[in-house]
Amino acid sequence: MPVAVTGISPGDTAWMLAATALVLMMTPALGLFYAGLVRSKNTLNTFMMCVGAIAVAMVLWALVGYSLAFDGTGALLGGLGDFALSGVGFAPRAGTAIPGLLFMAFEATFCIITVALVSGAVVERMRFGPFLVFAALWSICVYAVLAHWAFGGGWLESGGTLDFAGGVPVEMGSGFSALAAALVVGARKDYGRQALLPHNTMYVLLGAGLLWFGWFGFNGGSGYGVGDASVLAFVNTLLCPACTLVVWFALDLLRGRKVTAIGAATAIVVGCVAITPAGGFIAPGWAMLLGALAALPSYAIISWRTRTRVDETLDVLAAHGTAGLVGILFVGFFAAAAWNGVSNGLLYGNAAQLWHQVLAILVVPTYAFVVTYALLKLIGLVTPLRATEHHEALGMDVTQHGEEAYVTGEGAILITAEAGVEAEVPVGDMA
Amino acid sequence: MKLVIGIVRPEKANDVLESLYRAEVRGVSMSRVQGHGGELERVETYRGTTVKMGLAEKVRLEIAVSDEFVDATVDALCAGARTGEVGDGKIFVVPLEQAVRIRTGDRDTGAVTPVGQ
Repeated sequence: MPVAVTGISPGDTAWMLAATALVLMMTPALGLFYAGLVRSKNTLNTFMMCVGAIAVAMVLWALVGYSLAFDGTGALLGGLGDFALSGVGFAPRAGTAIPGLLFMAFEATFCIITVALVSGAVVERMRFGPFLVFAALWSICVYAVLAHWAFGGGWLESGGTLDFAGGVPVEMGSGFSALAAALVVGARKDYGRQALLPHNTMYVLLGAGLLWFGWFGFNGGSGYGVGDASVLAFVNTLLCPACTLVVWFALDLLRGRKVTAIGAATAIVVGCVAITPAGGFIAPGWAMLLGALAALPSYAIISWRTRTRVDETLDVLAAHGTAGLVGILFVGFFAAAAWNGVSNGLLYGNAAQLWHQVLAILVVPTYAFVVTYALLKLIGLVTPLRATEHHEALGMDVTQHGEEAYVTGEGAILITAEAGVEAEVPVGDMA
Repeated sequence: MKLVIGIVRPEKANDVLESLYRAEVRGVSMSRVQGHGGELERVETYRGTTVKMGLAEKVRLEIAVSDEFVDATVDALCAGARTGEVGDGKIFVVPLEQAVRIRTGDRDTGAVTPVGQ
């Protein structure tokens, strides 16, 4: 079959179209996962932060983010040659056999979910407007920069750091930014005083399941085609989280004598995160070991964090930052050129690879933390980041969106001009 | 004996339970109710349908106490539930004819006194 532009593989393109849709689905899936973990009065707001990430991050990605991440191979930042997608068409991006436009869309879905991930640190108290402003700035100042470093020919990639599907920009980028965001925004008013429990464990499980499903596009698509790397990453995405689940079960049994459902949902995410940077680089057997190992630090940090004053509410640091860091480091030890055709790790005699990976885990968390901290401080100078205590108590659904997740409609009066019901009562005055 | 019925804001329910606990009032039943007590309605919009939510979510606490505990219970409810804004709720104290602890068959004051006191 002839194709309009040379160098395009129909097979690669078909898979990448599907993979892009799969990754986009991960953001509403994350919305379910997060919404289930919060109290019922904050369900919609929590989900809406994910929807807001789709809106804001997609638009900014098309305008400048993609260009800064993928135009040119500057050490620190790309150029503005693809500003507003001006240079993006059907011609394949170098090193791929898919249209540049599709490449842009695939990478856009990564930016979207990463922005959504950070929201987990500030749910149940951050105002929606400032969150959208933060999401917009963060997608450029943190995500696009890190994506350039790891994928766009920036200093990490050209220096030899291996990151298959986003351990640098997505996982460490979101995790360490989340910690900074939690510190700037501050703890929920009831944190540490009352038990703040997940309101719907089924959402959490359903969200985790859909995230895993979408992750096959995330990791399986990060080879940009249907080559060996994609197949390896795809299968590793099945193996690694399964091992994390088994170890998580064991840890739950040791600690509380019961295997918990929310623990299982968390383990699925941790396993998927851990394999993200390593998917196309390590043998399936080592992917299983990675899944098992990655459970330990994430489990420990979740257990420890809840006893501190740091209200990093949905444990983005533990699930994403930590497991992503473990995955990046693991590549330094266990990468196998026989499987990936790119590079060996320390175990196969290439100590330099480990150094490249260590460099990433030192610099990336620092950059993400510092820039996120500064961004939120700046936004906080202009407008309050948090809802008032009163609004926080009433719930973010009613105060931010004027809706409730579980509305019954009992006692609701339709407002019409004919009925002579007076105009809207501001939520702030609501008793 | 009296039955103390407190209708409070759901977001203050934990504070109320805490202040009851401090007042050594132990036995309490809680339920979610919807009600209207003169507070301003909130307006919500669902896909273009704007409605006034005439009923507000409240939490109803029922506490059966012996007479000497009535004041302490009422004070604890007020302390825990008050924000100073319209909509803080109400407390009703009604006479209680009889109380039975099912496990032992204890009657009246014995039945509303927590075990071990």
